[in-house]
Amino acid sequence: MSLLRVEHVTKSFSGLVAVSDVSMEVEEGELRAVIGPNGAGKTTFFNLISGFLRPSSGRIVFDGSDITQLLPARRVWRGIARTFQVTEVFPELTVRENLRIAVEVASGYRLRPWLSRHSAGKVECRVGELFEMSGLGPRADRRVGELSHGDQRATEIMMSLALNPRLLLLDEPTAGMGDQETYDITQLIRKLHKEQRVSIVLIEHDMRVIFHLADRIMVLAEGKMLAEGTPDQIAASEAVQTAYLGRAA
Amino acid sequence: MTRLPKHSTSMVVWLLLLTLPFWMSAIGGYTALGSRVVVLALAAMSLNFLLGFTGVLSFGHAAYFGLGVYGVGLTLKYLLPNTLVGIAVGVLAGTIAAAVVGALIVRLRGVYFAMVTIAFGQVFYFIAYRWNTVTGGDDGLSGWRRVPIELGVTRLDILGNDKAFYYLVLFCFAGAVTAMAGLLASPFGRTLLAIRENERRARFLGIPVDQHIWLSWVTSCMFVSLAGALYALLNNFADPHDLRWDQSGDFVIMAVLGGMRAFWGPLIGAAIFVVLQDYVSSQTENWMSFIGLFFILVVLFFPRGVLGILRRKSAS
Repeated sequence: MSLLRVEHVTKSFSGLVAVSDVSMEVEEGELRAVIGPNGAGKTTFFNLISGFLRPSSGRIVFDGSDITQLLPARRVWRGIARTFQVTEVFPELTVRENLRIAVEVASGYRLRPWLSRHSAGKVECRVGELFEMSGLGPRADRRVGELSHGDQRATEIMMSLALNPRLLLLDEPTAGMGDQETYDITQLIRKLHKEQRVSIVLIEHDMRVIFHLADRIMVLAEGKMLAEGTPDQIAASEAVQTAYLGRAA
Repeated sequence: MTRLPKHSTSMVVWLLLLTLPFWMSAIGGYTALGSRVVVLALAAMSLNFLLGFTGVLSFGHAAYFGLGVYGVGLTLKYLLPNTLVGIAVGVLAGTIAAAVVGALIVRLRGVYFAMVTIAFGQVFYFIAYRWNTVTGGDDGLSGWRRVPIELGVTRLDILGNDKAFYYLVLFCFAGAVTAMAGLLASPFGRTLLAIRENERRARFLGIPVDQHIWLSWVTSCMFVSLAGALYALLNNFADPHDLRWDQSGDFVIMAVLGGMRAFWGPLIGAAIFVVLQDYVSSQTENWMSFIGLFFILVVLFFPRGVLGILRRKSAS
């Protein structure tokens, strides 16, 4: 059984069809890339999966149950976490506080007015693990708003990971980054995928990143699915060449 | 970094508050003025739990403050001459009303939320203003006084002894403020900071944002109604103005003036507000324009409030 099954979803905004009859299946442990020219409906597609928007028609099934009508927070509880195209963090709080909030929520402590020493210790320990994985440790006590774009993005990814997701949705994780930052984030994503066994769907423009990471690629254009296949198949596809790669190159 | 009470600041604040009745007269004040500062500081700090630490602006907190006021007044006048029961009734009335109103408005955000809090506030104001037979209407509710508290072995003469009343007020203030500080340092409190910082991120961490804002709102209103109850006891009088929207505005001014990102900011704001009001209003009727001018200067030049300036100075 696949982890995520999107069945014929369509989303229209007062007449404008942003996503049209798109289906996708993501297997447990897979890393799937979604590519397409600007305005192809990629982010809308993500918003439908994460619950930011509801589809006009179609169905979304996660781990065997229909989640089409669930609120975002409930999808998070079931194991879908996401990042955004424009980094969404808590800018006035430190990296440590950002991660701690995510860990506490994931541990079911969000309504606790106090924490036992034992529980606080467990949270601390988990935050430490996240620092270890991400290399953000040296900047733990800096305010996130002061950090570089790449470090803010890494913080956001680690917050999402703190939720112990089964599926992580990354919306253009390397957008607006320089070569070094792009490389670092790509390595981080690869590490999370390989070591944490998280299934990942990512939207990306940088072809080097996609061909380096993705098991399979889905191409969207004008709201419709144009092609789906392995990186090699996609690179060889003529339809994709004309609609996307050709133009982008 | 969000500023929870730092030990040094907190020590100074508690020391000053504990000794206040002994130096207040030396600087030209009087004990009841100190009680007024502490009561209104509690109101402003309660508002700031929502404003500064959850990022939600309410312009209707006077409603719950006023329910505390009338809860005490009506209890002592009609029901039972017992100060503690009066306080309990006031707090309960404010908290229940806030829980109901909060459930209706918690989906709204920003200026829409603020507008609706005013609207609901005015509903309570007009009830107090119009229901002459019970509330005394425009004239307010008089003909009752706070009652000394019997503690079994001893008797706390809060009516005849200003200092005794001050320490009752300070005791309630300390309990409420400690509870708020504790909450803000807890996982629940951190979810409120998260909502203030970035609601979308909070939601996509799996925090049901409306539920948490509702809890913050009810907590904030519960403590503001405690402040209202103490305010009624301080004045031995319930004034319909205590429920009106401009009273809500005063709380917002105190919080912003003192610094809404600093835990103790609203206390400083309330102290400045009350003292200015006391001194300037003895000189001129237009004391509010002086407060207004001072407020504008602070907001323009020191957007983090008075305590924000002090903090920055000491940090650099």
